[in-house]
Amino acid sequence: MTEPVISVRDLRVEFVTRKGILRAIDGVSFDIMPGEVLGVVGESGAGKSVTGSAIIGLIEPPGRIAGGEIRLHGQRIDNLDPESLRRIRGRKIAMIFQDPLTSLNPLYRVGEQLVETILTHTDLSPSAARARAIDLLNEVGIPAPERRIDGYPHEFSGGMRQRVVIALALCAEPDFIVADEPTTALDVSVQAQIIALIRKLCRERGTAVMLVTHDMGVIAETADRVAVMYAGRVAEIGPVRDVVKHPLHPYAKGLMGAIPTLEAEAERLVQIPGSMPRLSNIPQGCAFNPRCDRVFDRCRVERPDPDIPRTGLEGEAPLMPGHRVACHLYTRNPVENAS
Amino acid sequence: MTAQPKPSETFVEVRDLRRVFDVSRPWLNRVIERQPKAFLKAVDGLSFEIRRGETFALVGESGSGKSTVARMAVGLLPVTGGTVTIDGVSMTAVKDSQTRQQLRKRIQMIFQDPYASLNPRWRVERIIAEPIHAFGLLKGEQVTARVGELLTLVGLHPDDGRKFPHEFSGGQRQRIAIARALASSAEFIVCDEPTSALDVSVQAQILNLMRDLQKEFGLTYLFISHNLAVVRHMADRIGVMYLGRLVEISEGKRLFSAPRHPYTRMLLDAVPDLGMTGRQRQMVAGEIPNPINPPSGCTFHPRCPLANERCKREAPAMIEGVACHAVQEGRVS
Repeated sequence: MTEPVISVRDLRVEFVTRKGILRAIDGVSFDIMPGEVLGVVGESGAGKSVTGSAIIGLIEPPGRIAGGEIRLHGQRIDNLDPESLRRIRGRKIAMIFQDPLTSLNPLYRVGEQLVETILTHTDLSPSAARARAIDLLNEVGIPAPERRIDGYPHEFSGGMRQRVVIALALCAEPDFIVADEPTTALDVSVQAQIIALIRKLCRERGTAVMLVTHDMGVIAETADRVAVMYAGRVAEIGPVRDVVKHPLHPYAKGLMGAIPTLEAEAERLVQIPGSMPRLSNIPQGCAFNPRCDRVFDRCRVERPDPDIPRTGLEGEAPLMPGHRVACHLYTRNPVENAS
Repeated sequence: MTAQPKPSETFVEVRDLRRVFDVSRPWLNRVIERQPKAFLKAVDGLSFEIRRGETFALVGESGSGKSTVARMAVGLLPVTGGTVTIDGVSMTAVKDSQTRQQLRKRIQMIFQDPYASLNPRWRVERIIAEPIHAFGLLKGEQVTARVGELLTLVGLHPDDGRKFPHEFSGGQRQRIAIARALASSAEFIVCDEPTSALDVSVQAQILNLMRDLQKEFGLTYLFISHNLAVVRHMADRIGVMYLGRLVEISEGKRLFSAPRHPYTRMLLDAVPDLGMTGRQRQMVAGEIPNPINPPSGCTFHPRCPLANERCKREAPAMIEGVACHAVQEGRVS
């Protein structure tokens, strides 16, 4: 059994505001293996991006990591001082943001930004760093990299810019990349190219990736495993095929049914009533209970933990290992479920 | 599909619509740098019609000119050439202000970003009542009653009228925008990416609401979106745009079962496969070119696997719902 690259245990992130403490992330746990893509999906406000920022150590006050552990290759990184964290960030962990225009400095040539990053994290000479920058641009699929390396970000199209950002993330050969909505700002045809690129890099380099997105289609195409988040908690986590094809959690079911697809013939889309609760007003018990159509008394009092679900319920498909659901419907104690 | 049979009468007719933007540098720069004026053909000879009570969708990537068409269809943007005719009245030619106002009353628009399209300083009741006052439809108590009725119709509470837009979530704001569009009893509603800014579960609520309202009031929609799955769910007929031109017009479901134009095929291939059928897809190279300096002939030819010499020289005409030399010459498998 190989060691996970990143291991998150019971992570809690809080924001201190005038109105009190808001808990943006509440007890999130997962592991990511080398070469694996974990998709993190959820609607706005589910805590996807905050989870990514917490791992890479970019939670700014008034936010703080209030509990839990984040381990990189078994070493805790959530309690490091800023200086040690800075040495890990960029070298061991890299990040790809949604908007490539804001992650590139418009006043510097693309090559200068790549070389600067390479020189910061490796012992290469400036000329070797430039050669490596050209290699990287070539690897992410930028045509004529020898010429394009001296271009400014505004001379690149949206898709090409995102490729540069990916090259930038790869500079120091990190073990782990957080990709926060990497394709959201792009058109579908370009999105497909970027997805294929991320998959290829992951396979070839054995880099672990946490892919944060709200687009279930992107997850289905890219991820090996997927975590569905709701109100700062993991509702369901498991192999991507299982979760997409046979979601168990009522929220995950609703989410899948709500997405119009190119195949399904649906007169009406599944509708989940209401919307995600505000952080200041997360319901007691299961956070989804006010919107759930299968709610019973226990859901309103006791919070479910992600657990291996009871099988054979309603003729569900057989479960794959690693599929966990945070829902009382599936706890292995059916007696209590009589409502 | 809807229960009642659809009347096949043409409600909106767009003929040879064109729009050119002047994107030249300022005069002094042009003189010093000896640059000519630069023009961008955002929409270049677009023709389609929408039947009463149907949803016509325009799809395409960013920069294809979808939103420019939407803005011209409601009269927010003057046309450079061509005509927009709504129920037999030409929007572009009508000079008489009374006829124009009569026409405008019947057209409304829903915008993409409900955070930008609602005035943050106005209460919701005032926002929804604006078209009623603008067209002088009702007075006094009747307005309040009508606003309450509209709010109920879109799934909100009449008391919500006293609130301000910031007190609502994105989906609720889009409901308010829909209520405003219905306030003047509009028949033709142009929806420019109405759900792109929303989460999927909220998107489902809004799409369902829009379909319900269409059935109830017989509304005609021009639906603009870049999301093919959403378009497939909503549209009766679909036009695919590329660099300001229509490349294919098709009945809704047929576009997905039997796409004809190479660009349509490419777009469909690029949609992430949620069904996880493991289908093989052809990777598309390249991106939409700069519209200031579009490729010659068929503008899709640099990205098209079937392009030949003729495609580079000659722009294809729209014949039987598809504008492509390769399809017309039978070079498509």
